[in-house]
Amino acid sequence: MADRFPSPFEIETPAGAEGWQELYTYSLPFSTDRREYEDSMFWFQDGVHWPEVMSPWDATFYEFALASLSQYNTRHYLIPPALGVDYRVLNGYAYLSPVGVADPAEIEARVPHFLERAGFYFRNWASLYEQWMGKIRGLIGEMEALQFEPLPDKEDLEVVTEGRGMGSGLELQRSYHRLVDLALQLWQYHFEFLNLGYAAYLDFFGFCKQAFPSIPDLAIAKMVAGVEVDLFQPDEELKKLARLAVDSRVDDAFQRSSAAEVIEALRGSDAGQVWLSQWEASAQPWFNFSSGSGFYHTDEVWLEHLDIPFGFVRDYTAKLREGVDIGRPIEAIRAERDRIVDEYGELLATDEDRAAFEQKLGLARVVFPYVENHNFYVEHWSHSVLWRKMRQLGGVLAKEGFFGADDDIFLLKRDEVPEALWDYYSAWAVGTPPRGPAYWGRELERRRGILTALRSWSPPPALGRPPEVVTEPFTIMLWGITGESVKQWLGAGDGSGDGSLKGFAASPGVAEGPARVIFSADQIGEVQAGEILVAPLTAPSWAPIFGKIGATVTDVGGMMAHAAIVCREYGLPAVTGTAFGTKTIKTGQRIRVDGNQGTVTILEA
Amino acid sequence: MSYVRWLDGYDPAERARLGGKNASLGELLSAGLPVPPGFAVTVDAYHTVRGHADVRRAVTGLLGEVDLGDAAALEELSAAIRRRIEEVPLDDGVAAAVRSAYDELCERCRAEAVPVAVRSSATAEDLPDASFAGEHDTYLWVRGPDDVLAHLTRCWSSLFTARAIAYRRERGYDHDVVAMSVGVQKMVRPTASGVAFTLNPRDGDRSQVAIEAAWGFGEGIVSGEVTPDSFLVDKVLGEIVQRTISDKAVEYRLGAGDRVERADVAAGRRTAPSLTDDQVKAVARLARQAERHYRHPQDVEWAVDADLPADQAVTLLQARPETVWSRKAATPVATAADPLASIVSTLLSPLHARDHAREGSDAPGP
Repeated sequence: MADRFPSPFEIETPAGAEGWQELYTYSLPFSTDRREYEDSMFWFQDGVHWPEVMSPWDATFYEFALASLSQYNTRHYLIPPALGVDYRVLNGYAYLSPVGVADPAEIEARVPHFLERAGFYFRNWASLYEQWMGKIRGLIGEMEALQFEPLPDKEDLEVVTEGRGMGSGLELQRSYHRLVDLALQLWQYHFEFLNLGYAAYLDFFGFCKQAFPSIPDLAIAKMVAGVEVDLFQPDEELKKLARLAVDSRVDDAFQRSSAAEVIEALRGSDAGQVWLSQWEASAQPWFNFSSGSGFYHTDEVWLEHLDIPFGFVRDYTAKLREGVDIGRPIEAIRAERDRIVDEYGELLATDEDRAAFEQKLGLARVVFPYVENHNFYVEHWSHSVLWRKMRQLGGVLAKEGFFGADDDIFLLKRDEVPEALWDYYSAWAVGTPPRGPAYWGRELERRRGILTALRSWSPPPALGRPPEVVTEPFTIMLWGITGESVKQWLGAGDGSGDGSLKGFAASPGVAEGPARVIFSADQIGEVQAGEILVAPLTAPSWAPIFGKIGATVTDVGGMMAHAAIVCREYGLPAVTGTAFGTKTIKTGQRIRVDGNQGTVTILEA
Repeated sequence: MSYVRWLDGYDPAERARLGGKNASLGELLSAGLPVPPGFAVTVDAYHTVRGHADVRRAVTGLLGEVDLGDAAALEELSAAIRRRIEEVPLDDGVAAAVRSAYDELCERCRAEAVPVAVRSSATAEDLPDASFAGEHDTYLWVRGPDDVLAHLTRCWSSLFTARAIAYRRERGYDHDVVAMSVGVQKMVRPTASGVAFTLNPRDGDRSQVAIEAAWGFGEGIVSGEVTPDSFLVDKVLGEIVQRTISDKAVEYRLGAGDRVERADVAAGRRTAPSLTDDQVKAVARLARQAERHYRHPQDVEWAVDADLPADQAVTLLQARPETVWSRKAATPVATAADPLASIVSTLLSPLHARDHAREGSDAPGP
């Protein structure tokens, strides 16, 4: 077994992707002028959030997310042993490296600050969280209010009569800057609570592991399950709409092949109109919901791709007609959760431990709703708005001939957009044609070629020499990276494995069935009842297919991966973080998923 | 006088009339645990014999004079007393009560002449300071009422085996205070059997049940001749979290003439699991139930009875307190009283690092 992954400097650029580095901020690619540092670190590909090549503008959220995460560890709360998570792009893929604090004296010095700062948040969690809800809604409102319109032929008369002394061109550029600022602000909010939430959960987790050395991770996770969270609300809304469709007998409309035809059929009846108005009520905000991780402009948002939610409604109505209960068994989950908590409590050796157990579980439950919910507000709702606004701006420039399509704007870097806007504004101001159409036409073609070449490359799971032990708590919690899983990758990477895959025992139970390997949300429709879903990862908007599959296998993620959480909620076995599931397993192969032991076996070729 | 008590419906107030073994089986049953059905012949029946003038004379007259150091003399004395007890004609009331109970047992088991174990259950057994383990006789595969009655008197007389006499004398027990009840319990015909601990013997984790299982009777496991299959079941989740299926080359099974014989296991079964997943879970559930009942980790013996319907086939044969881990003083896990201090220590020493320190360095070197 190899003892290290390739150095980032050994990785070659795929043919046709030469010059890819220029598609990203200059600080993102690995670079020889800081090779000593970069070669000394361990980097893993973040397939949880960025499983695919990032287009230039999409790298914005990558940068904002990682800098914001890091800022809270390093500068706000002074997490004693952890600075931030450093980030790079290699051949278009995201690679992360947790940065620890090495000097024990420095760790010691950070402790009192952490106690004071984190302590404040833990003590005031409820009121700060409520305040956060107000802040995030305010932020989204502000993003929604930004409008990107083509510059007018002539300024409105009021601009003159009110003596404003400035015009639409300035406003357009200002709005873009404002949007970018709001995006960074959004990501600061994202990490205001998250790391602290993870820390509290890890503390509870660690306690359970000490008290019960062999306790399965998922038993611990189950003790905080069953919280009513907004993240599940979009799916709940679909179920509500499906029930309405069946009750008011308009469910046949969903058999039409396209969303437009469904809507047309619904418009034709009173009951259909009622359904549509209920749809509108649910859609804002709940269908600002992405079918991917939310980090790519190509992730399809339900509001804009009605075929996705309508398809789910159709599946649900079919189940309802068969008399199947489509509700999430929340009461059963809670009863099970309470039983588990009681039994572990009973098995603890001392009353002192029981008190500590209750206290730590209590805090874990206080923080958990945030840990779940932020995802809807940030990655789904806010990102949906941000992509929409960017697309609106792309439309303005496309109309001027800068691009062929609205989405082409995502081929520009964040800081190139102001240049294009300047070109557009300046030419508008002067009254001459802009250079943009000629310049971007060529350039975008080149970029598209590079991105296509990058997409055909397959990124290694990690780079550099693995640490003996992964100690950075968030890396363990969020990405499921441990000394153990890294060793697993090394073994599987050089083919020394025995054909079976090992991952996290993320949700209990054993299931066998034919595999269905899918790589993106577009393929969700291919999944047949009883199949075992094999995917790089799953996203919240995939929720409706969990009602018909037998088990889930993912390449990335740990105990708190989306697939893990949802499978526990649905009572399906899941193995996450197998690293090579989608590469090893082929659609149609019979596989066995053992969610108790974290193994996946291919039963027949 | 009542000479017979069924093991189910056991009343702890009657412990003195049933003896240690019957009482513990009765208690398992009253905790809702499936042990093979049976009845106790109470000490009242024993007293019909013990009260007989010949026996009284033999015991009080002979016992006073024996020299414990003289093994041969002790054996001779024991034989004489036992003979005297077994020669006493059985009281009609006792015989009738036992015959009718045996008939009813056959009916309950839906079998004719159901094979039973006839077990001594002395009133001084399983005391905190004296186990009396193995002091008295047990007879297996007894069939038919006449045989049951014959073995009943042998169990009674086994109160006076040489070793029992010596043991009581050493411990200062009065021979007259100890009495003998006898248990008559359906024999189990195990497809598989084994032991279970209600904790993980490797790390003392009380949230797990460790099970060892092999084909047939438990002799192979006890003697160490068979490497058993082993299972680890999470008590709380009710899931099998670890399994090791061993190559089980031999098994002990019932042969001709109700004899347990050692036999080679056919190739196909050797590496097959000796328990189904449902059976593994059932064993774990029963062991956990016993632990709950006794409020202490248990060490149990169990078997899968071929005579019982599949969903009731897993049977508990014995439960006793686990001693190895339970003796260790309970040390609290919680280290820091202050929640925030605890979070800091978690951050400073993440769990995977702690595991690493505990398990030694098996990670690739630098």
